[in-house]
Amino acid sequence: MKSNKENIFEAAVESFKVNTMVQEEPQFQRFSRLNRVLHVLMIISFISLALTGMTLKFSYTGWAVILSHLFGGFETAGYIHRFFAVVMVGAFTTHIISISKMKNKEHKTWKTFIFSPDSMMFNKADLHDLVDSIKWFLGMGERPQYGRWTYWEKFDYFAVFWGIFVIGSTGITLWFPELLTIFLPGWVINIATIIHSDEALLATGFIFTVHFFNTHLRPEKFPMDIVIFSGRIPLEEFKLDRPAEYKELLESGEIEKYLVEPYPPIVIRAIKVFGWIALSTGFSIVVWIIYAMIFAYR
Amino acid sequence: MEANDRDSVKRESKKSSSSLLLLRVFLLIYLSFIASAAALAQENSDCLGCHDDKTLQGKRNGKTISVFVDEKKLALSVHAGVNCIACHADLKGSDFPHKEDVAKAQCTACHKEENKQYGEGLHGKAFALSDKLAPACQTCHGSHDILPVNDPRSAVAPLKIPYLCGSCHHEGSPVQLQYHIPQDSILENYSESIHGEALLKKGLTVAPTCASCHSPHRVLPHTDPRSTIARINIASTCTKCHAAIETVHRKIIRGELWEKKANVLPVCVDCHQPHKVRKVFYEQGMADQDCLRCHGREDLRSSTGKSLFVNVNELAGSRHSKIACSQCHSGVNPSKLRPCEGITAEVDCSVCHAEIVDQYKKSIHGQLFAKNDPNAPSCSDCHGSHGVLGRKDPNSPTFAINIPNLCAKCHREGKKAAIRYTGTEHNIIEKYTESIHGRGLMKSGLTVIATCTDCHTAHHELPHTDPESSVNRNNVSATCGACHFGIQEQFDKSVHSPKVTKTDKQLPVCNDCHTAHRIRRTDQDAFKLNIMEQCGRCHSEIAKTYFDTYHGKVSQLGYTKTAKCYDCHGAHDILPVTDPASHLSHQNIVQTCKKCHTGANRQFAGYFTHATHHDPNKYPWLYWTFFGMTGLLVGTFVLAGIHTLLWLPRSIQYRKELKRRLSRKDEDAGSSGEESPPPAEKQR
Repeated sequence: MKSNKENIFEAAVESFKVNTMVQEEPQFQRFSRLNRVLHVLMIISFISLALTGMTLKFSYTGWAVILSHLFGGFETAGYIHRFFAVVMVGAFTTHIISISKMKNKEHKTWKTFIFSPDSMMFNKADLHDLVDSIKWFLGMGERPQYGRWTYWEKFDYFAVFWGIFVIGSTGITLWFPELLTIFLPGWVINIATIIHSDEALLATGFIFTVHFFNTHLRPEKFPMDIVIFSGRIPLEEFKLDRPAEYKELLESGEIEKYLVEPYPPIVIRAIKVFGWIALSTGFSIVVWIIYAMIFAYR
Repeated sequence: MEANDRDSVKRESKKSSSSLLLLRVFLLIYLSFIASAAALAQENSDCLGCHDDKTLQGKRNGKTISVFVDEKKLALSVHAGVNCIACHADLKGSDFPHKEDVAKAQCTACHKEENKQYGEGLHGKAFALSDKLAPACQTCHGSHDILPVNDPRSAVAPLKIPYLCGSCHHEGSPVQLQYHIPQDSILENYSESIHGEALLKKGLTVAPTCASCHSPHRVLPHTDPRSTIARINIASTCTKCHAAIETVHRKIIRGELWEKKANVLPVCVDCHQPHKVRKVFYEQGMADQDCLRCHGREDLRSSTGKSLFVNVNELAGSRHSKIACSQCHSGVNPSKLRPCEGITAEVDCSVCHAEIVDQYKKSIHGQLFAKNDPNAPSCSDCHGSHGVLGRKDPNSPTFAINIPNLCAKCHREGKKAAIRYTGTEHNIIEKYTESIHGRGLMKSGLTVIATCTDCHTAHHELPHTDPESSVNRNNVSATCGACHFGIQEQFDKSVHSPKVTKTDKQLPVCNDCHTAHRIRRTDQDAFKLNIMEQCGRCHSEIAKTYFDTYHGKVSQLGYTKTAKCYDCHGAHDILPVTDPASHLSHQNIVQTCKKCHTGANRQFAGYFTHATHHDPNKYPWLYWTFFGMTGLLVGTFVLAGIHTLLWLPRSIQYRKELKRRLSRKDEDAGSSGEESPPPAEKQR
């Protein structure tokens, strides 16, 4: 992944030095381009779905009314909602396909692929990490040696699977109620409404608080971890953050494969602008939800 | 009848006739009668002995006149049994042949009363003044041939009276020319009047003639209070025949006024002109010119400085242009020098507009007026005075389009009626102007649209709390139904109608949903979005649960393209779901859903449009789903929250450590290079 435009960038790097980090140092590539693109798509579609959906869920609040009108009315908001639902499901499907390709590339069966040590699947090590983490939190031990995927990352990952399934299926019911009631009783639409709405509340609430804290707000990453967009992390930071993975890669000698040039500062800046927009939208949504649930609930 | 004219009677020799023999026979009998009665009195036969001669002439006032008396006619007359000397009293006891200047026959001896009346009347007075035009008894009644009045051949039989009177009172006659008689074309008018027509064309002898109104003997001018046609007497004159006339005039004139306050009433002839009497009112300008002689002056003022000027043009263009001044300003006495000095009371419109004034008196306006409240409007405050126009005249303040402004004079916010008002309806004029009624009236110029008076009535305005009020809860649907008939018909059959639902609770009426004054177009968003709150005022639970569903939520966002109460339940024709005709009955519900959801089916209609997840008994599935989802949500957040909160202090600590290590690393990097091994981490 080494850039052959190194020379061009060097000049830019000098003039746009904004980070205290040493830019010239090679960085560790953590996320592939596809994963990063998919995550950006997820962010955009998730926030759009949350905003448009919330106008209905919290229709009794002033901000929902304003938001709904900003979207161009409840019908347009509905079209936006369904469009991004398709985008999200598309991203999800793309991800599944990419996994399947990766499995084939690695010549593994689904079982060996899923249960390989570096896969997203929970394993025994995660249990140990969880226990050790709690011990660390309580001052009863050192910080665990986290590996490629921590247990909270895996939790977030599978939360998406669960969410896509639950919100997606109820969403389709609400999208085509006349069709679905050919097979199902009418009250299923009421049930679907409750599940869709509450599961969405759980998802937004979780992503914009817990996920945001875990990845961006926890003091060691504060205010933002841009690795999901840049895909790369300074090697020094990586060594401290994922000691187990680093050790593993160092021992296997594969670490060279993941060392890449950092992005020029203008790209970093663009990433940060996007990140800030996503974060602040998420936080605003949290504030609105709290306001709606506590001060305007009826 | 005191004339003492000298008459000379010339006797001429009898002509021989073919019946000479017969005459001789009669004469013989005649003479024998005379012989036998000579000692008693002068018999009629004595007189007729000479006076049956058709050629017999005498003299009176130097004029030669016929003194022939038709014995046959005399015998048929009412005076058949009366002696000649009873009337020709001055010949009593005189010998034959009697003196020449015999006085006119005297009626007084028998007809004392008639004679007295005659003497008081215009005719008698004129006769006393030796007016040649003055009629004597004989002028009307005849002399020896006077027939009973009920004999059609009588000179004073009803059918003949118009001709009899007309012989002197016809147009262009010396009487009409010489005397000031305010009426003209009397005979012509009379003959065309309902009275004249009845008498002359229909032969109704009971129809009134001249003498019926003017009296036969004491004919007096209408200015004389003793006259039968004086203003004060005319009613009793007319009611001689029209005895129960007040019953047919009750719509116009209250019954008791005829007896109690006859002076405030217009008299018969104010409306039914003399001689022209018809069932309809006649144009007349009785005393208007006399009034305007003073009141036509712009500078005319009362003692208090109030202008008494009457704009004649305004009056002429008004609804009352054909009403005489004195009909409203009653109490005028034309026989006075200042006829209006008899006017003491204000104009009482009830004299003609009895029913309306009755209503007004019961209205809040009238009630306040009766209390002398200075804020109370009187008739003229709304209708104007001399320039009063009909409500169909666009210039009238009571013309439909002008009514809101008329009422606004007092009822606009800040004006006197609005200030004393304590209810909840404010800015009514502004609200009305914005309303569908107000826009229709004032912007589209639809004069048939409801104005203030259509709902509140024009004269019977009462507060809505009054059960009599047109805007009382119980009357509102009928008031609105006056125009919105079809809606009222539907509403009366609906669950909201007191005719259908018997309950102690208050049922809704039109204005509960449509408001009283700011009645909005029902096809506009403002109305559509408000209706849920209107229904929700009573159906609070069901409205709340509506807002838990998609329909309600979209409505709440301010959009109308979603089902609202009336889209499913109907607006005015709301029926219980058990009623097959209900929009939500088993038969109709799918069709109702299909209005929006074209693909709706039976199971689709099973969607709970008022579902709530708070009721485990009614909606167990929804309740437990929500319960489960909330559990999941709370559980996840609690666990994740604990994890995060525990992490936070460690993370802060770790950040410091990280910074320390990285800065140390930077320092090291300056000396030992990039590839130095990472600091040792404790391995697990």
